[in-house]
Amino acid sequence: MSRTLYDKLVDAHKVCDLPDGDMLVYVDFHIMNEYTSPQAFSGLDQKGLSVWRPEAHLSVVDHVNATRQRDPHDAASKLLIDNLEANCKKHNIAFYGLGDRRQGIEHVVVPEQGLVAPGMLIACGDSHTTTYGAFGALGFGIGTSEVEHVLATQTLRYKRLKTMLVKIDGDIAPGVTAKDIIMKVVQVVGAGGANGYAVEFSGSAIRAQEMSGRMTICNMAVELGGRAALIGADQKALETIKGRAHSGTLDFGGLAWNSDAGAEYDTMFEIDAAEIAPLVSWGTSPDQSVPVDSLVPAETEGMTPKAREALNRALNYMDLRAGQAITDIEIDSAFIGSCTNSRIEDLRAAASILQGKKVAGSVNAIVVPGSTYTRLQAEAEGIDRVFIEAGFDWRPESGCSMCLAMNDDIALDGERIASSTNRNFEGRQGRGARTHLMNPEMVAAAAIHGRIADVREFLSEGAE
Amino acid sequence: MPKTVHGLAAALPLANVDTDVIMPKRFLITITREGLAEGTFADLRFHEDNTPRTDFVLNTHPWHEARILVVGDNFGCGSSREHAVWGLVQLGVQGIIGTSFAGIFYDNARKNGLALAMVSPEVRDRLMHAASHEDGVNYTIDIENRVIRMGEAKLPFEMDDATQTAHLEGRDDTLNSLEFADAIRKYESGLGERQRVRVIQ
Ligand code: SF4
Repeated sequence: MSRTLYDKLVDAHKVCDLPDGDMLVYVDFHIMNEYTSPQAFSGLDQKGLSVWRPEAHLSVVDHVNATRQRDPHDAASKLLIDNLEANCKKHNIAFYGLGDRRQGIEHVVVPEQGLVAPGMLIACGDSHTTTYGAFGALGFGIGTSEVEHVLATQTLRYKRLKTMLVKIDGDIAPGVTAKDIIMKVVQVVGAGGANGYAVEFSGSAIRAQEMSGRMTICNMAVELGGRAALIGADQKALETIKGRAHSGTLDFGGLAWNSDAGAEYDTMFEIDAAEIAPLVSWGTSPDQSVPVDSLVPAETEGMTPKAREALNRALNYMDLRAGQAITDIEIDSAFIGSCTNSRIEDLRAAASILQGKKVAGSVNAIVVPGSTYTRLQAEAEGIDRVFIEAGFDWRPESGCSMCLAMNDDIALDGERIASSTNRNFEGRQGRGARTHLMNPEMVAAAAIHGRIADVREFLSEGAE
Repeated sequence: MPKTVHGLAAALPLANVDTDVIMPKRFLITITREGLAEGTFADLRFHEDNTPRTDFVLNTHPWHEARILVVGDNFGCGSSREHAVWGLVQLGVQGIIGTSFAGIFYDNARKNGLALAMVSPEVRDRLMHAASHEDGVNYTIDIENRVIRMGEAKLPFEMDDATQTAHLEGRDDTLNSLEFADAIRKYESGLGERQRVRVIQ
């Protein structure tokens, strides 16, 4: 019988069925950070349990660390970082801490270190673990109690999800990136539209993407509620993990990890790639986005009272007027970073827009490379110079930083940010902060103009 | 572990209430599970100077004593932080009724005995409407029979078998799974050399 990639991955990792209807699945690799793991380790201690297979785990510091300097900016973040290091020492778990070249945002570090391969099952106490689906691996986020469970048993209790196929065929237009593709998908399926589903992406527009773009797409699949995101393995996926620290140590079957022809899905969406424009979020949910050359949405005739209330609440929080042109929105800050868009490819793309340009005087522009390794590579390519000369603050340390503002990079009340991140929730980047999600080239363009700008204008300039 | 959750219900009609809203990040800088009640919905409950916001339902009479929330679509979306569930429980919330919950939030709730009842939009709207009545109304979430009782009415909700069992038994999943250690070892013995991740320290 034809099976989907998702079903193959689940079947291959099933340890046993459990009497209550769940199953146990085997976790090939598990990643921890400093803020969702402490209570898992203390849970082990309280129950007198040990770690089942210490070598199958990795801990990185990324969420709370400062990026202006290496030392923790306050005692509370230092406590979290030191606590993780001590727990790893005690249990003999690999720890990539501050000052380690391998340190950085977990989902940037893992592929960089070659710790993903098609066919793996990867868990992490972080919702964006869906990123690894780009390689045909089953990655998903778990809570702290589940972190404890993986540490103690190397397995998770699991219930099979329903399957959704999102097929995107055609060519994307110049100026449109992987970020716009996934923001379009969130718009079409809706935030929460994929709750209970594993989402597989297919189609020529997905195949055409390099691995960096595919990771961006799978990363943000959680914003539509997908508990897992998948793209079938191909040669590109295998090439990308060659020459890395762990390359050659892992092989789960490579190209075998694809859906069979004729495999059936519980639900399906089709999107025409040619119709995707560079998108900008205007509201406080990632599905509230519009093309950059359009207007902030207004109430419409047939709108339900609920939808009207949601619209007005978002407009009110964002301090926007219905009908206002998106490109008239002035920004206070620009942020390039996060596990969605801080890989070397993202930095190169943003730098190509910034080359020879200056950030508008009023804009506070920050770039935080996704990992120390990425930063060093960018510096070797001279990309840091382009950012610095344009007026960006090039941060010397890597981490999540202003993506969620758990360190000292906190936006002020009312501050408006053009951001290459994944979530525009109320208060995400600081209490009262207003986030506009967009691709990293668009963040660079917005920084130059001091207001949200259509990156395509820059492209035609370059072509002249 | 109780087989029913009974208590005053509060209506929280917002859709897409995310975990950043349920538990703002400044409360996450902790290595324990305790002390999170004050962080729960903090930006909705309090002004910046820590005075209560009177426009938030849980700050109003009688709902400051609510045990059950009736919520908008896609509740608990966003990050994996279990702190959101710990905080809700510490605030006294024992059950949440909604149409859809984010996957990680759903699993986290189960691990902490917080009952999530999934209902149709029609049922949710009816319960939401009734919960908004100024006198307050009590609901009972009957986990064993998968129904919500409101007065004489019995409204069905969805909950998968394993989650129901976990609530009814109140067991510790980690210890329970270790009873299957032999099956785990057997699975591992079938792994090839290059299917065993060994992270370079
Ligand atoms: S960069 Fe942002 S989304 Fe990614 S792991 Fe860090 S906080 Fe989460």
